[in-house]
Amino acid sequence: MNTTPQTMQSIKLSSPPASLTMSASLYRKRRLINSVNMIASMLAVLFGLFWLCWILFTLLQYGVAGLSLAVFTQSTPPPGSAGGLANAIFGSLMMTLFGTLIGTPVGILAGVYLAEFGQRGWLAPATRFINDILLSAPSIVIGLFVYEVYVVSVGHFSGWAGSLALSLLVIPVVVRTTENMLRLVPSSLREAAAALGAPQWKVIMHVTLRSAKAGVMTGVLLAVARISGETAPLLFTALNNQFWNGNMNQPMANLPIVIFQFAMSPYADWHTLAWAGSLLITFSVLALNIVARWLGSQKTQSH
Amino acid sequence: MTQFLNAKHMQHQRRLDRAFFLLTRFFAFLVLALLIGILISLLIGSVPSIKSFGLGFLFSSEWDPVNNHFGALVPMFGTLVTSFIALLIGVPVSFGIAIFLTELCPTWLKRPLGIAIELLAGIPSIIYGMWGLFVFAPLFADKVQPLLISAFGGLPGVGFLFRGAPMGIGMFTAGLILAIMVIPFIASVMRDVFEVVPTMLKESAYGLGSTTWEVVRYVVLPYTKNGVIGGIMLGLGRALGETMAVTFVIGNSANFPDNLFAPGNSISSTLANEFAEANGEMYLSSLIELGLILFFITFVVLACSKLLLLRLKKQEGRAS
Amino acid sequence: MAENGTKLQVRNLNFYYGKFQALKNIELDIAPNKVTAFIGPSGCGKSTLLRTFNRMYELYPGLRAEGEIILDEQNILERNIDVNLLRAKVGMVFQKPTPFPMSIYDNITFGVRLYEKLSRSETDDRIEWALRKAALWDEVKDKLKQSGNSLSGGQQQRLCIARAVAARPEVLLLDEPTSALDPISTAHIEELIHELKEDYTIAIVTHNMQQAARVSDYTAYMYLGEMVEFGETDAIFTAPKQKATEDYITGKFG
Repeated sequence: MNTTPQTMQSIKLSSPPASLTMSASLYRKRRLINSVNMIASMLAVLFGLFWLCWILFTLLQYGVAGLSLAVFTQSTPPPGSAGGLANAIFGSLMMTLFGTLIGTPVGILAGVYLAEFGQRGWLAPATRFINDILLSAPSIVIGLFVYEVYVVSVGHFSGWAGSLALSLLVIPVVVRTTENMLRLVPSSLREAAAALGAPQWKVIMHVTLRSAKAGVMTGVLLAVARISGETAPLLFTALNNQFWNGNMNQPMANLPIVIFQFAMSPYADWHTLAWAGSLLITFSVLALNIVARWLGSQKTQSH
Repeated sequence: MTQFLNAKHMQHQRRLDRAFFLLTRFFAFLVLALLIGILISLLIGSVPSIKSFGLGFLFSSEWDPVNNHFGALVPMFGTLVTSFIALLIGVPVSFGIAIFLTELCPTWLKRPLGIAIELLAGIPSIIYGMWGLFVFAPLFADKVQPLLISAFGGLPGVGFLFRGAPMGIGMFTAGLILAIMVIPFIASVMRDVFEVVPTMLKESAYGLGSTTWEVVRYVVLPYTKNGVIGGIMLGLGRALGETMAVTFVIGNSANFPDNLFAPGNSISSTLANEFAEANGEMYLSSLIELGLILFFITFVVLACSKLLLLRLKKQEGRAS
Repeated sequence: MAENGTKLQVRNLNFYYGKFQALKNIELDIAPNKVTAFIGPSGCGKSTLLRTFNRMYELYPGLRAEGEIILDEQNILERNIDVNLLRAKVGMVFQKPTPFPMSIYDNITFGVRLYEKLSRSETDDRIEWALRKAALWDEVKDKLKQSGNSLSGGQQQRLCIARAVAARPEVLLLDEPTSALDPISTAHIEELIHELKEDYTIAIVTHNMQQAARVSDYTAYMYLGEMVEFGETDAIFTAPKQKATEDYITGKFG
């Protein structure tokens, strides 16, 4: 860049001397506004972190105090008696398991359709749109839906109804992550498999989906994390059960509703159990998120 | 060595291909059908209530299970107001967080902060409810509410908002907790859309001597306008449907709240509290109609959010 | 092999990306057990032409080919041809190495298993044979169960060649097979091509003229979707008939 002394001279001359004081004060004002806003943004971050830390700290404080071996070995007690959360833990595990088992294949196959067959036609864009809405839809409405179509026709609440409601929450998450992960697979890989004469279903199942395996698993784990903490959809489906129940066709105890019931009661020992349950749920959800994240960062897959 | 290069094998493979296509298409269709199914089942369940109360349901603040008179006004009001408070508090904070993450944050801090945001988003709703009811509300009632009441209660115009009993729980608390819950969602979307602004665009503004704030206000925001609004609406959609946290702290009162600190009800908290004991066809049907209203409102909000975000993607596709 | 000694005959081939015509009236004969190279500047249609030979374009909507491509007296562009069967006969190696997310062993047998039922020992023999053909056997014979991704770039590309070869196609299409590789790996693969042509008919697309001159028996020069000149490699490079060909070869434009 060649700036001759001549040009430098002319630059200097073109700035009017009279506006020097005005531009300085204008500049100061702009800088002030900038500082205020930047500080405000830092305060916003601190605001968010403040609540996060407070909530987690409280959870640890009261949750750990409520933990004991009995929590895992004894069922929910009537007020005033000692007890635990064993039946609720079991119920939650069962319904989460079945909800995932039902919802995952549906989600993966729908995601496969969107990614591999979705270039033409109207079904794919419409499904994608609706899926994203279902992702953020109120889970209590899902519970209402399962109540209306399943619980009413069968005539009673059950663990199956709860699992069904949870599976409906799993599906949108898995659909979205499966589609995104499949799209990331380079088209050259698909072409290489097709070039060998493989029929499309083999290309998808044995090469494309396999290649996206880690990402799809991450999506499933995230879905599990999501449903682990869900209460509303179980309210009208699994209801709750005071006693140990291994029969999925009966109302089933579960952690979130037990916590709800115990917390809203006036009994202190129930409150303690509610905190213990809260800690268990939060811990599972966070652990699942961490595992999912770790799995997702495994870029190089061996098989 | 047997070769399969024969017609039967090829036909079999073709059939498998077709079957696979139909199978995946069926499940994609299932997702679509799910939404339609929800709508239809809620509609059918609401029919008795719709026939009874008609459009007046939306405007009546009666909630009388004994005499079977129901009206959606109080729950709807609660849902909308708590969500509004949530956005009022949450949007500026999310905005600040997003600006910090994209413009100010040192590289080593970016990942931990990102993780913190996701932690906040991952905490289940019922945990917020527990914390809100047992920890925040008592503290709020004890230390903060009296201050707010004495400071603002006497103000002309808005003073009525602060003239209430310091109970801790109530509309404001519910709104505040909702705000904390939606902040991670809105902040994430805002951060994502801020990050797609072409660096060159920002650099040309910086190159003219703009301050960071000016770049954000005059370059980043206009460029990402659609995405920002889309993100806000996404947060709104979530706030509207949030159940457990609100149920714990909103106070569950069928009366119309007359100030910020009064107890109230939201659609989801009404459903959560009363569904189990709802006997009688009209009671049940009114509750389902509430569910329908909630579903409809959230659907509209979420659909708009999606459309706006899609528009930003198109714009981004053109610009880059 | 067809009567007049050609493996592939292209007659009046036109190709369209939607409304855009990418190939105009291509006519050529590809000789069996010889290497035919396609050269030309970017966008001239050489990759497009190669990909019509195994109807790879059908994976994407909006692309169509008109005309005839006759492989062993059958027009492969006809509707009733099973395209998967075609691709078993006409193999392809791509620009980027594309090992499947499975072991080296499974990579090689993937194509084989589609159309042949081999015993375990026959499979092992085929794998050894294919890897030897690709000059990769010595390097991987002890780690057949390891992932295909664990190999270096050059090795991965040779794996892809072994994979394509293992399925025993009749024609091998190579789409810029060495452009992503270092010079040493490139040299290996060029040697390979020389050996492979004993058993296969090879068509190679390359943007590297010197490579075309080194490995091919016949060369086709293409420009803007048209076949400008086609003939024996020596003739094309020393005494091109068209001025356009001469200009390209002497580097007047690229």
